[in-house]
Amino acid sequence: MTFEKDLNIDVTELRLGLPGTSEESERQASTTLRISNKRALPSVAAEKQCDQETAPPTKAQVVGWPPIRSYRKNSLQTKKTEVETSGMYVKVSMDGAPYLRKVDLKIYKGYPEVLKALEDMFKFKIGKYSEREGYNGSEFVPTYEDKDGDWMLVGDVPWEMFVNSCKRLRIMKGSEARGLGCVV
Amino acid sequence: MNYFPDEVLEHVFDFITSHKDRNSVSLVCKSWYKIEKFSRQKVFIGNCYSISPERLIARFPGLKSLTLKGKPHFADFNLVPDDWGGFLYPWIKAMAKSRIGLEELRLKRMVVSDESLELLSKSFPNFRSLVLVSCEGFSTDGLAAIAANCKLLRELDLQENEVEDHRGHWLSCFPETSTSLVSLNFACLKGEINLASLERLVARSPNLKSLRLNRAVPFDMLQKLLMRAPQLVDLGTGSYVHDPSSEAYNKLKAAIQSCNSIRSLSGFLEVAPRCMSAIYPICKNLTFLNLSYAAGLQSNELTNLIQHCRKLQRLWILDCIGDKGLGVVASTCKELQELRVFPSDPFDAGNAAVTEEGLVLVSAGCPKLNSLLYFCQQMTNAALITVAKNCFGAIVRSCKGLKRLSLSGLLTDQVFYYIGMYAKQLEMLSIAFAGDSDKGMLYVLNGCKKLRKLEIRDCPFGDAALLEDMGKYETMRSLWMSSCEVTLGACKTLAKKMPNLNVEIINESEQVEFNLDDRLKVDKMYLYRTVVGHRKDAPEFVWLL
Repeated sequence: MTFEKDLNIDVTELRLGLPGTSEESERQASTTLRISNKRALPSVAAEKQCDQETAPPTKAQVVGWPPIRSYRKNSLQTKKTEVETSGMYVKVSMDGAPYLRKVDLKIYKGYPEVLKALEDMFKFKIGKYSEREGYNGSEFVPTYEDKDGDWMLVGDVPWEMFVNSCKRLRIMKGSEARGLGCVV
Repeated sequence: MNYFPDEVLEHVFDFITSHKDRNSVSLVCKSWYKIEKFSRQKVFIGNCYSISPERLIARFPGLKSLTLKGKPHFADFNLVPDDWGGFLYPWIKAMAKSRIGLEELRLKRMVVSDESLELLSKSFPNFRSLVLVSCEGFSTDGLAAIAANCKLLRELDLQENEVEDHRGHWLSCFPETSTSLVSLNFACLKGEINLASLERLVARSPNLKSLRLNRAVPFDMLQKLLMRAPQLVDLGTGSYVHDPSSEAYNKLKAAIQSCNSIRSLSGFLEVAPRCMSAIYPICKNLTFLNLSYAAGLQSNELTNLIQHCRKLQRLWILDCIGDKGLGVVASTCKELQELRVFPSDPFDAGNAAVTEEGLVLVSAGCPKLNSLLYFCQQMTNAALITVAKNCFGAIVRSCKGLKRLSLSGLLTDQVFYYIGMYAKQLEMLSIAFAGDSDKGMLYVLNGCKKLRKLEIRDCPFGDAALLEDMGKYETMRSLWMSSCEVTLGACKTLAKKMPNLNVEIINESEQVEFNLDDRLKVDKMYLYRTVVGHRKDAPEFVWLL
């Protein structure tokens, strides 16, 4: 098919990502000068000779790129911000410890991680969790206060739900915690 | 020509619904023009500045349904300053004054004030349908007016608007006597909703077919709403997070099972992956699935869901589905016509989780694919050729049917040569960071006979291309060029020679007007055909040449 034969593959290669290669750097320079009416005529340099000193701008500088509706960008940005930058610090108290600590729940991906972090922080050991027995057999039991003000056993609900409802943590002595670990 | 009485002709014209056909009908002869004029109920205006409200009303006094589009398309990507224009108010004011029997209003990229919504709600007693897409300028107070005053309201559909949320009770403003709702979409609202009012509203709306909730509607409310409205055809969930071992979750599972009319599913603005299995029973009937806001779902969770969706025709998804996930789509969704893959990280779309491989898989597995939006990092020619061959047969044939195309990247004039030669049906073309010279733009202008909208940013097209065929622009709706090589002098020439075009220069710099060197490159130019000359509402930074 003549169409395919005429096609110079390199020449028509599509790069749908943000332009950031050397051939583009000339155009990049003019893109960032959006505000000014006066723009220097970018010399149409041969591809091999173009000015390498002009670094391609960081992605944030190219307005309106990638072409995604601002509504969508803002939605996903809000989620990102909520998840990444707000942090979720909660107080952690341990029975017998002289002072409280704080942990950022957002940095953990699940229960094993946060429990390990608490173990390291307070130098103790938590036993294995089971739905039926809780942490029975442990010297210490992790509990938390939820949005309703109730004290709950850590580990019962899905991780995301826990993160969203946990207001503070308390590491109870196992002897006190007996009863919490039993299934109602 | 007049062998039939007017009423007969009018009845015949009732069957002609497409705008283009009706426009043709009105050109046949004077008497057809007159009959068509008075019987025309639906009007579509693609650019609100191409005609004035007064002329519209004079032309079609029987107007009942109006579609208006305001800002240029690139406003979606923040390329158009906020106060550029596209105000709804003058239209409402004029129609109210002339006692137009407006029933339906569909707006896209318009500035809609609360004042205009209030006037709308009070001026048209038969008003029944309001659809706002990508609009801004209003708050929940405006919605309250619509809810309170439009007694016959059937449809309130808000898609991706920026709405100022006054945490109102706008939902409570629907009177208890209001039972006519068929479609309610408030997914884009950010604030709290009066849940009790919502439940009561849904309970007293037996004709409700489409319901799209916002993030403030929690999981357990969803279950209650589904119990009230098992007849729903289109559902958009709000927050979809709960404990899968809870009573509420079981109730939802039961409620969903009785909703066997649901064909379209969206929302999941907040989502707990472990709750998705409740949805599986309705998947087999779904024709449209929009998970493009469900950032909390990973690839395997997505594919688990999609495996149940054998009848899917349209799929909107995030790129975290990955190439393998798209392979599952390809093997499951044989009826797929439209696929949109959005970047999960819109600020770093260069690191998309999908590559051309995913697209090739879909094109091979889904023979009915005809509409595609795909963000990925790199696409080779070989891949594109494979895709085109799989989807549409030969490349030549594929271009022939194409109506809308968006291109960017290291494309030379060669590609535009082929577009001009083969894409004869092309109506809308967006080009970014592409082309070598004026020839590229000229190939397109000369070859694409049906071109209506052309928008170009950051391409080396200049005065020669702009001025070569000035008459062409009168056959198009609009042309946008930003960060190209076009000079002020050329724009002035064009404006002078073509009185039926409005040539606007959008100048956001602080430089004042008297620095008018014709050799200056223009940052943003927007031109469009119009029958009413310069608009009167242009802000300071827009120069009308």
